[in-house]
Amino acid sequence: MQELLQNVRLVPMEHYVWLSSLLFCIGVMGVLLRRNTIVMFMSIELMLNAVNLLLVAFSAYANKPEGEVFVFFVMVVAAAEVAVGLGLLVMIYRNQNTTDSQALQTLKW
Amino acid sequence: MTEYIFYFLSFVSVLTALLVISARNPVHSVLYLILCFFSIAGHYILLNAQFLAIVHIIVYSGAIMVLFLFVVMLLNMNAESEPKKPMFAKLSAVIAGGSLFLVIVTALKKAEMVPVISPAESEIGLVKNLGKVLFNDFLLPFEITSVLFLSAMVGAVLLGKKELD
Repeated sequence: MQELLQNVRLVPMEHYVWLSSLLFCIGVMGVLLRRNTIVMFMSIELMLNAVNLLLVAFSAYANKPEGEVFVFFVMVVAAAEVAVGLGLLVMIYRNQNTTDSQALQTLKW
Repeated sequence: MTEYIFYFLSFVSVLTALLVISARNPVHSVLYLILCFFSIAGHYILLNAQFLAIVHIIVYSGAIMVLFLFVVMLLNMNAESEPKKPMFAKLSAVIAGGSLFLVIVTALKKAEMVPVISPAESEIGLVKNLGKVLFNDFLLPFEITSVLFLSAMVGAVLLGKKELD
């Protein structure tokens, strides 16, 4: 295990930046690409995770624990957000009988 | 040689993320997202953030994705009920996301990132050290999250409840 971790230093910090920006942009693409609100919601989770990964990488390379604590709080907020968001989606499905984002235009007047 | 673990995990996370947004069936999207989260947990282990890796698996794969699966099951979604978008909208979405990526990459390309320490030697991600920080410096935010969870719970119950009239 220790030997394995010793070799990880070869990974440059930039590669974590590229990876998280790529994951974030895939999340943005998912929100724009899909019409199913649940898949859009999952793309938002993907974006949150991309940011989390970057925060952990920076805090590990800088040897500062604040970033990891912040990631912990982001996870907490994400869990609360998912509970409320999925409750909203189920409510919308009950009223509209669809989760198509295109059908939710009642506020557009 | 173990450096390749990072590239393998990155490949898996990007591939599964792409499959999440391109899979027709929402159930497949959820399953690919679980895979993606597991590969991100692997990244956390590589960065020596053991506490976050475990919390990530428990919270995301264990709680959040199960919730997603339940909702997809409850609403009886499948590839046939999936709304379709016109080709033009799809193309513009891909171009918009790609341009955002381009902007981020070009903005950060010149940034000089000097690592202070190798992640293998930093011990901040261990449960002991992170717990000390969490319960000394961040005690108040930690306690306030309980209020957040309480309000989220009340909100979810209130939203999920059938109207009694």
